[in-house]
Amino acid sequence: MEKRVTFRGWMLPLLLIAPQVLISLVFFFYPAGQAVWQSLFIPDPFGLSSKFVGLGNFEFLLGDKYYRASFVTTAIFSILVTACAMIPALFLAVTADRLIKGSGVYRTMLIWPYAVAPAVAGVLWLFMFNTHVGLISWYLGQFGYDWNHVLNGGEAMGLVVVASAWGRISYNFLFFLAALQAVPRSVIEAAAIDGARFWRRFFTIVLPLLSPVTFFLLVVNVVYAFFETFGVIHTITAGGPQQSTTILVYKVFSDGFVGQDLGSSSAQSVILLVVVGLLTVVQFKYIEKRVHY
Amino acid sequence: MAGDVHGMVEKRGAGLWMTHVVMIFGVLVVFFPIWLAFVASTVTQPEIVSPPMPVWPGDQFWENYSKALFSGVNVPVMTMLLNSLIMAVGIAVGKIIISLLSAFAIVYFRFPGRNVFFWMIFLTLMLPVEVRIVPTFEVVAGFGMLNSYSGLIFPLIASATATFLFRQFFLTIPDELAEAARVDGARPMRFFIDVVVPMSRTNVAALFVILFIYGWNQYLWPLLITTDPEMNTIVMGIKQMFPSGDDVADWPVIMATSILAMIPPVIIVVSMQRLFIRGLVDSEK
Repeated sequence: MEKRVTFRGWMLPLLLIAPQVLISLVFFFYPAGQAVWQSLFIPDPFGLSSKFVGLGNFEFLLGDKYYRASFVTTAIFSILVTACAMIPALFLAVTADRLIKGSGVYRTMLIWPYAVAPAVAGVLWLFMFNTHVGLISWYLGQFGYDWNHVLNGGEAMGLVVVASAWGRISYNFLFFLAALQAVPRSVIEAAAIDGARFWRRFFTIVLPLLSPVTFFLLVVNVVYAFFETFGVIHTITAGGPQQSTTILVYKVFSDGFVGQDLGSSSAQSVILLVVVGLLTVVQFKYIEKRVHY
Repeated sequence: MAGDVHGMVEKRGAGLWMTHVVMIFGVLVVFFPIWLAFVASTVTQPEIVSPPMPVWPGDQFWENYSKALFSGVNVPVMTMLLNSLIMAVGIAVGKIIISLLSAFAIVYFRFPGRNVFFWMIFLTLMLPVEVRIVPTFEVVAGFGMLNSYSGLIFPLIASATATFLFRQFFLTIPDELAEAARVDGARPMRFFIDVVVPMSRTNVAALFVILFIYGWNQYLWPLLITTDPEMNTIVMGIKQMFPSGDDVADWPVIMATSILAMIPPVIIVVSMQRLFIRGLVDSEK
């Protein structure tokens, strides 16, 4: 889509666009280029020189069992976060949608966790499950379950998943509720007159009408789980125990900044870049095809 | 008759009560972590370290909050709040200004390289800062921007979401307005300031809400570039308050800080709910 009416001149528009282009070049394109460039080298231990290794870093990564494990961890983590964030949200939205009055009040209450930063959410959940002082871990102990996410990888994963999904329930709830409220009442009422009961109406009419927003949320939640959960993991588990919660983004950080392995960290950045690219393409393909809100 | 049909769709009577019960239960479960943090911020350390901790607030509210705000653990929380505020407002305002300008240029002018620039900006949509942290860190360090507000702000305004939003919006502004401005001999910037910016008010406000929260809630970036506690933001500073060894964490102060860290974004989200939802739906489209 283009404007028919435009202004003349080219100095002014170049000036107007300059700040954004400059910032993008300096803080985006140059670092991204550097990531690609550095991924082709291995620096010596003192950082004085580096050796060109071509795709060596990539070959090493793909053969590295820790990196492959991190891929699997990321996949499990994103699937669990997405499911734990979307299913309760859909359930709450469907319930709220059945109320004529008051759904606004519940919406206001449920919106809160979205505003809570992932890192702060991590601290809140860490506090509840802390092995010494946590209220929930204490009650679990009373029931004979010895909770210890510091040693048990499965429990650590469960905790970071719940803490990551928590704030996203709000986000998904808002989108689901908006979509539900956009479903034409007349369609639902016609089905009701024909004798379709609630669950039948839900599965045959409402859910298919929700599929665009569901797909959209699926992509957005996966992107969130991949890239925005660093704060949760860093505050709760720092990737442990035994790397059982080291997702890909966390590994870029821990190899690059803690391990000082720049070549490998850059190669990981490049691989993630490809992943982001694919996810974006999926997202845009979908947005081009159908946007119904 | 219409009433009966409504009865079949929306809940009435016992069903209505059940629906409310389910919603209230849902809200309580979702709310519980925040409640427990609040309770912890109003009791004493001994009450927390001998579990189970209480579930109703104690009387240490002022003690814990004033301790957090004015002395903190490494640095007073007041300082971190101020840093977060500057960072969040800087990101929101900076991004809105550069995006308004560049979207105006892209929509209302035909100039050499327009498509190249457009695609350049478009590409920045794709790459979150988490992915390019090492080289971006090196750039910022090279400029001597570690431990500075500009270092906190600039790398995070290099993204195109806002530009796209404004571009979409500008395309819906009727051509007649620009036509009239041209006939009147108004210069482009006059048109921009008198027509385009005022018309974008709601979009600007909605974006401000979204971007403020985005900036406020940043974690990884401030963690990397603020080595000086005086420059810590509150969201990343909380983790720094945990002792590294076997020392016991000062839970009441840490939880008071967590509550303080969530108050500004929560107030903005709740009070500007409509704008916020609109901004969310628009910016994700």
